[in-house]
Amino acid sequence: MTYRVVVISAGLGEPSSTRLLADRLAAATDRALRLTGEQVSVEVVELRPLAHDITDNLLTGFPSGALADALETVRDADALIAVTPVFAASYSGLFKSFFDVLEDGSLEGKPVLVAATAGTARHSLVLEFAMRPLFAYLRADVVPTAVFAATDDFGADAGLSQRVERASRELADSVVGRPRAAAQDPFEDPVPFAELLNPRA
Amino acid sequence: MQIGIFTVGDVTPDPTTGRTPTEHERIKSTVAIARKAEEVGLDVFATGEHHNPPFIASAPTTTLAYIGAQTERIILSTSTTLITTDDPVLIAEDYAKLQHLTDGRVDLMMGRGNTGPVYPWFGKDIRDGIPLAIENYALLHRLWREDVVDWEGRFRTPLQGFTSTPRPLDGVPPFVWHGSIRSPEIAEQAAYYGDGFFANHIFWPASHTQRMVQLYRRRFEHYGHGSADQAIVGLGGQAFMRKNSQDAVNEFRPYFDNAPVYGHGPSLEDFTEQTPLTVGSPQQVIERTLGFREYAGDYQRQLFLMDHAGLPLKTVLEQLDILGEEVVPVLRKEFAALKPAHVPEAPTHASLLAADVVSTGSTTREGSTTREEEAEV
Repeated sequence: MTYRVVVISAGLGEPSSTRLLADRLAAATDRALRLTGEQVSVEVVELRPLAHDITDNLLTGFPSGALADALETVRDADALIAVTPVFAASYSGLFKSFFDVLEDGSLEGKPVLVAATAGTARHSLVLEFAMRPLFAYLRADVVPTAVFAATDDFGADAGLSQRVERASRELADSVVGRPRAAAQDPFEDPVPFAELLNPRA
Repeated sequence: MQIGIFTVGDVTPDPTTGRTPTEHERIKSTVAIARKAEEVGLDVFATGEHHNPPFIASAPTTTLAYIGAQTERIILSTSTTLITTDDPVLIAEDYAKLQHLTDGRVDLMMGRGNTGPVYPWFGKDIRDGIPLAIENYALLHRLWREDVVDWEGRFRTPLQGFTSTPRPLDGVPPFVWHGSIRSPEIAEQAAYYGDGFFANHIFWPASHTQRMVQLYRRRFEHYGHGSADQAIVGLGGQAFMRKNSQDAVNEFRPYFDNAPVYGHGPSLEDFTEQTPLTVGSPQQVIERTLGFREYAGDYQRQLFLMDHAGLPLKTVLEQLDILGEEVVPVLRKEFAALKPAHVPEAPTHASLLAADVVSTGSTTREGSTTREEEAEV
């Protein structure tokens, strides 16, 4: 079996501190999951190259090529690591727009680790006041530790590494403890008409 | 193969002039477009139904009856009839009356509508969209087939001893298509009844349409109406043509860029690649349309959207001339050559009547026990 870990990074810079944090979380999760003896694959979905497609999807109602692939990748993930920069006291608009075009139910029960970056630690509660409610609405299973990294944290503050390790361990535990639901395909297994006509039957 | 046009009846400013037609102009234009469709030899004219601005598509049977009085041959249809928020009793009456007035030139396409507040305006809840479509159509289906109906459901006041009048022309209900862009339940519904399934795939990628059509075909066979490739499929299409394709692109681009549904989004080039929209020469439209059968199979009805996004009436009529003169004759010939003999044409009043005579030996159908009664038990 291979655990599929998918990382969403909404950083816009190149290089991006958001991506830097995302990569550390992905590496730590990879290590934690491998302790189970299973294989792990890590895929990173960078939102910057999808920005036009995301806007087009908002306007046309359907995802085009690369975005359709990214949405499918997220839907099929065993675990999600979602990392955004803080813009104007919240997740970035691009980050939110990606989840706006995600098919309903895609994250239901899915283990998610949320993380954010900003210039200073004064924004850290964005994780609790914006990120958690978003993923609660999407009915994801968000792990208790959310990881925030201010610019300073990439320097002397050793606490970041500990938070990364703890959150990744929580994510790995959550994945391992979760039964893998067989994906329901309404096109392969439609609800029979008699049931549609009389739902209680 | 039936080839026609469908309209949503939008009142949209012409982006090249900034001028918005009045409701009166747009309503009269719709009639002129339908008459032109018959004149250039198209088979079907279908109108949408909306109950809010900027559309003039309310009261569809009024429009269709008026067009019916001025035409002789073209099939009058809908795109779509709001089976969710319309009263199925009124649908039964309105379209049976239209059948009589137009001597059977009527079919319908059921849809759920696309404007949230329409549901509360008509006392319904949008979260019941699918259950409404299922229950209302089950009633409509009976009203056209049983002379006296006793009925009780979740969404409408019960009926005891109700007879919908007039009875369908010759005892043959109008053929029904079920339109859906993304709900597998509607493909299932169409398959259960052996009705047509219409994939308005003009705003969606072909891969998605393919899944919907395949589901419908598979379930059509499951319910015993014939083999999967005999299911009745209709597709949307969208085209803008000029003799030289670059002229078509240049002329259509401002309408595309500002169109209500997809404007200010993807480029014309991206959108034509991702969806069935074809902007170019008549030959390009022919090739693209013939390509639809590669993922939808041999299908029975092709409707084009030709009159939206603020295109002026004069342009739309020119487009219909091109469609009728240069595109449709080739499509008919090519589709006919490709279609295997066991794949049926789209049902018409005449073909349904003939089938009815063969199966019952009479020209009027008595009320009979039908499958949905069994399903209700």
